[in-house]
Amino acid sequence: MTLHIDKQTYALVGGVVALLITASLTGWILSLCVTNEKARGTIQNLNARVKAWWVMVAIFALAMATGGIGSVILFALTSFLALREFITLTPTTRGDHRTLFWVFFAILPLQYYLIAVGWYGMFAIMIPVYAFLFVPLRSALAGDCTRFLERTAKIQWGLMVCVYCVSYVPALLSLDIPGYAHQNGKLMFYFVLVAQISDVLQYVWGKTLGHKKILPSVSPNKTWAGFLGGISCATLIGMGLWWATPFSPWQSAGMSLAITLMGFGGGLVMSAIKRDRGVKDYGHLIEGHGGVMDRIDSLCFAAPVFFHLTRYFFT
Amino acid sequence: MIKQLVIAVAKLVSGSNIRWQGCEPELRQRVYFANHTSNLDALVIWAALPPALRKLTRPVAARDYWINNWVKRYLANQVFNAVLIERKKPTQTDNPLTDMLNALGKTHSLIIFPEGGRQASGEMAPFKGGLFHLAKDRPDVEFVPVLVENLNRILPKGEFLPVPVLGSVTFGAPLKLETGEPKDAFLLRAQNAVKALNHL
Repeated sequence: MTLHIDKQTYALVGGVVALLITASLTGWILSLCVTNEKARGTIQNLNARVKAWWVMVAIFALAMATGGIGSVILFALTSFLALREFITLTPTTRGDHRTLFWVFFAILPLQYYLIAVGWYGMFAIMIPVYAFLFVPLRSALAGDCTRFLERTAKIQWGLMVCVYCVSYVPALLSLDIPGYAHQNGKLMFYFVLVAQISDVLQYVWGKTLGHKKILPSVSPNKTWAGFLGGISCATLIGMGLWWATPFSPWQSAGMSLAITLMGFGGGLVMSAIKRDRGVKDYGHLIEGHGGVMDRIDSLCFAAPVFFHLTRYFFT
Repeated sequence: MIKQLVIAVAKLVSGSNIRWQGCEPELRQRVYFANHTSNLDALVIWAALPPALRKLTRPVAARDYWINNWVKRYLANQVFNAVLIERKKPTQTDNPLTDMLNALGKTHSLIIFPEGGRQASGEMAPFKGGLFHLAKDRPDVEFVPVLVENLNRILPKGEFLPVPVLGSVTFGAPLKLETGEPKDAFLLRAQNAVKALNHL
């Protein structure tokens, strides 16, 4: 899983840094211009988000600079924090205690170990087959039958989105793409960039032009303008980054469209869960964004699909 | 060294969820009274206090539980300077109330769990009378309700391996014993003040 840091990698990182500088300056100018209270709140949140982005980009770049293993560890920690937020919101019972201990301290590390050694045949099935059978078995052994199916489903779903899906991001590093050896770091960067910039653009389009909401009962922040503007712009950006990927420009556009659509779906589903639990955010670890889960909801849904599309068509 | 480590672990466990909702972390004599669901409660509340307050705040804990092995004994005596009380058979000379009043003295604050024991169900048990007697004897001290949440999910009664869900500690507005307020009314009011801090 050795990664070569080449000129294209620097170009990608440089581009993101330039974007963040622009965002910071824009936020600063906006904060000088606003007068009314509501807008001030929005701008404050915007600036908090930009600041948090600086930190997240720095951590991500640092992890990539250490080669493959740094990225695996970074996403393992991300999974851990996301799962922690998810289980906190989920009303598990006393009978789940030991099951949860296994989930956090055995299944999660094992999944990332399998990713680190690049054992595709195992990391693709370990959670859906072995862990999904183990979870109800361990809970049954604890002898508590109240809401058994519901509890099992919730723990399994937590494992699915927070661990299994997220682990597909560093799994991109293990793909063996002809003519693209040791360059997978860029593929991972491309994926995270397209998924996240789609979120950002949906937010920007939604805040500036968005009025008509897509599904107000699920998410108050998703508007038609945000959806159409965000997805199309992010797809164009993804298309423009084809040089960093194994794809042609049109293939890159198609991949980006898949990433952004899945990302939108992820945001919607994770939002439905929040509404059901009566909370606005999964946590408050990341200033302005909410919890870790709030930031990676789009990655969760997009990562496995992007991985398998790439694996099917390009390896 | 070990003290700092214990504090760091306790903070890690409770997440960053420490809310001061009805009062500020001021340096004055207080009795923090909380619901009790896990062995972590006293430790987490104590660690949640800013260092200057922590130095003068002593958790009140059951002697029978905290002296039966050297780890617990070390923690209780050397780390968080607990006030160990007899909860099973109080006598005239071994009276928890006297111990607590002595521990308060002129400078210290206390952390107490008026339910008297951990509740496995998650429902709060009725408060015992000690809180009332403390309030009656020390009207100058502030009585601050504290709600700990999720710690029973991190480490339930009878388990020894923790699960890292996010806990939280919420400090509410101080309570005062009204003149002539009957014992049961005060205890109920105190219990409701703790319950009202619920976030979920």
